Amino acid sequence: MAEAIVFYPLAALILGLGIMVISARSAVHSVLFLVADFLLIAVLYVILSAEFVAVIQVLVYAGGIVVLYLFVVMLVNLKRDPEQFADPRRLGVLGTLLGGAVLAQLIGIAVYSSARGETTATGAGLGSDTPFAVGNTEQLGWVLYTSYLIPFELASMLLLVAMIGAIVLAKRHL
Amino acid sequence: MLEITPLHYSLLSATLFMIGVIGVLVRRNVIIIFMSIELILNAVNINLVALSHQLQDLAGQVFVVFVIAVAAAEAAVGLGIIIAFYRNKETVNIDEIQIMRW
Repeated sequence: MAEAIVFYPLAALILGLGIMVISARSAVHSVLFLVADFLLIAVLYVILSAEFVAVIQVLVYAGGIVVLYLFVVMLVNLKRDPEQFADPRRLGVLGTLLGGAVLAQLIGIAVYSSARGETTATGAGLGSDTPFAVGNTEQLGWVLYTSYLIPFELASMLLLVAMIGAIVLAKRHL
Repeated sequence: MLEITPLHYSLLSATLFMIGVIGVLVRRNVIIIFMSIELILNAVNINLVALSHQLQDLAGQVFVVFVIAVAAAEAAVGLGIIIAFYRNKETVNIDEIQIMRW
């Protein structure tokens, strides 16, 4: 009940801000809507008792990635509107319609499969009276450093390579 | 209706995913297309966290951590490419970025 009161406005805000991100005229406004969207998604993670992921979302997404986007939007100083020149072969309306069709299909699949397997899909484990073992930062760290140690190290290598790559790409003269 | 099930989270995730896809398909500013990709990644993360909560399994949240790491790498390299391209061509309009188009 309490979860529903929080969930529906939050979901509406997340979707509304998502639409604002892709429909805003200026790229700076788009980035600002994106920050708000990421923060609201972090709230959603807190509701799902995934506190560590929520903190990472705020730190890395809202704090790091979005600032990077903002820097690039400011660096790319546009003298003319980037939406000005349009390829005549581009079919924007068709893209929107196809997106809507795929969305309807996804919703149909989700509702149908959950109606069929109601006991397995919506039953166990979600009652608010069950103790939440998930979302504990300590447990997540334990899993990350034992079962997922090699993927974790690979992720660190990926970040190193991406950092070097970004410097090489953005540098004027090597 | 009043009880929030994983289905609700899946529907939210699917809708946000398609908003991102429509953004990629419709917009012409490369930076906004990159932001739409971030929206898509976040939609996937919502789904993973919701199912991790449902199944009481931490693997979903571990995957979210990896997805965020890959998204950070992708944003850094992608924005580096945009800056390098802008320096040469003075545009971020995807319809004008067509040297490699067949």
